[in-house]
Amino acid sequence: MALLEVKDLRASYGETRVLHGIDFGLEPGSITALLGANGAGKTTTLRALCRMVRTEGSIRFDGTPIGRRATEDIVRLGIAHVPDGRGTFVNLTTEENLRLGAYVRKDRAEVEGDLERVYGYFPRLRERRAQQAGTLSGGEQQMLAVSRALMLRPRLMLLDEPSFGLAPLVVRELFEILRAVNQAERVSMLVVEQNAAMALDLADTAYLIETGRIVLSGTAREIRGDDAVRRSYLGY
Amino acid sequence: MDALIHQILAGLATGGIYASLALALVMIYQATHLVNFAQGEMAMFATYIAWTLVDAGMPYWAAFFLTVPAAFVLGVAIERIVIRPVENAPVLAVVVVFIALLVILNSVTGWIYTYTIKTFPSPFPKEPLFGNRYMSSHEIGAIGVTLVVLALLYVFFRFTPLGLAMRAAAQNPDSARLVGIRVGWMLALGWGLAAAIGAVAGMMVAPIVYLDPNMMGGVLLYAFAAALVGGIDNPGGAVFGGFLVGVLENVLGAFVIGNELKLAVALVLIVVVLVVKPSGFFGRVHVTRV
Repeated sequence: MALLEVKDLRASYGETRVLHGIDFGLEPGSITALLGANGAGKTTTLRALCRMVRTEGSIRFDGTPIGRRATEDIVRLGIAHVPDGRGTFVNLTTEENLRLGAYVRKDRAEVEGDLERVYGYFPRLRERRAQQAGTLSGGEQQMLAVSRALMLRPRLMLLDEPSFGLAPLVVRELFEILRAVNQAERVSMLVVEQNAAMALDLADTAYLIETGRIVLSGTAREIRGDDAVRRSYLGY
Repeated sequence: MDALIHQILAGLATGGIYASLALALVMIYQATHLVNFAQGEMAMFATYIAWTLVDAGMPYWAAFFLTVPAAFVLGVAIERIVIRPVENAPVLAVVVVFIALLVILNSVTGWIYTYTIKTFPSPFPKEPLFGNRYMSSHEIGAIGVTLVVLALLYVFFRFTPLGLAMRAAAQNPDSARLVGIRVGWMLALGWGLAAAIGAVAGMMVAPIVYLDPNMMGGVLLYAFAAALVGGIDNPGGAVFGGFLVGVLENVLGAFVIGNELKLAVALVLIVVVLVVKPSGFFGRVHVTRV
């Protein structure tokens, strides 16, 4: 059974409808990429899954309908969102940011171990653990956002443009870590990316979204082979 | 010289009370960017609860430790019932609600207890502690109580997961929801804490200014000045501002402008801070991209 099943999902900001009924699914343990140009509705799709915008349609997570739940309750099901703009708590320290990621967990003792684990993935964050998070560089804040999501021990991670504003070398490193997390801990991921080439390398499955509708879906290999995608999004 | 020392120390004692109330203002300001004008009346109402308990024969400290949680519950209830419906309303609407709260609490108290001035007991001994010549026991006690409240708050916000969650919710509500913090409840909790701190301030100031429904009017002004001087989004600054305002008020009142114009000190401070340095001594300067 699919871990995430979305049917006829519509979302609007005020009067303006941004998603016009999209359907997609996500298999447990898989990485799915959501591709598309600026303004296509990728970020809104992620926000809709967490109920941060007004939505209609059906969203099922592990069989449970979550389309009517509050954001705070969706987190408790194990869905971690790495938001657009990184969502850093700028006046708190790096370590406080990370601890907040584990806010809903009850296993306090294991949280300490997970803190060490994410410091292992991103040694830079350990160096900056007592520093105000707002003073971190953009790349460090992106690592922090990913790490904060990992602190939940999520079953599903929603990643909004994880490569945004990062140096190419850092992007590669970050994607390696995401792949490792996916394989070692079977965390499923839904990745929104403008960097289509990187995302297709990482993902098993991909959807192409244009002006609020899904126009193409398939395995990452198929999508990469599609002529239109290659011309419009991969640029060769 | 003796007189000056006496005034400074007395100023520290009342300053501690202003500091507590200023802290209550800051707590709600941080979460909502609004100044709760009803903070003083909430404290006054809580002090009447304490008076009722003491009047019924309860020992002072028992009444004290019953009043603080009662004020907490009252604060949470006010947030849930009165403030929550106007959560997304324009600023002016919320300010009107605050003023309505102030008037309602004031009138209801007057209706229940009448406007007759009552004495409120001090838990501290009548004769000065350690035979000192400068401060009454109540003044020393009030400073002590203020410092204990401050220390407890510091520990709560710095070292407990709930305190951390409250800071996170105040700072970045969207991100806070994304880690599972129930932001609405954190706000209510903030109101409860502010009300509890206010109750302590009310019980400490009542033996000095006596108990009547209008007792907190002046105190709220001083607290407001204190919060502004320290920087309205900085708890440490508010405390510093409280002690500063207390000392200034006493020293200027005794030697320069006379007791009648004391309250003007607070008003002048408010105006000067807003004109010269709106962020106060320790506040953050907010820069907005336009």
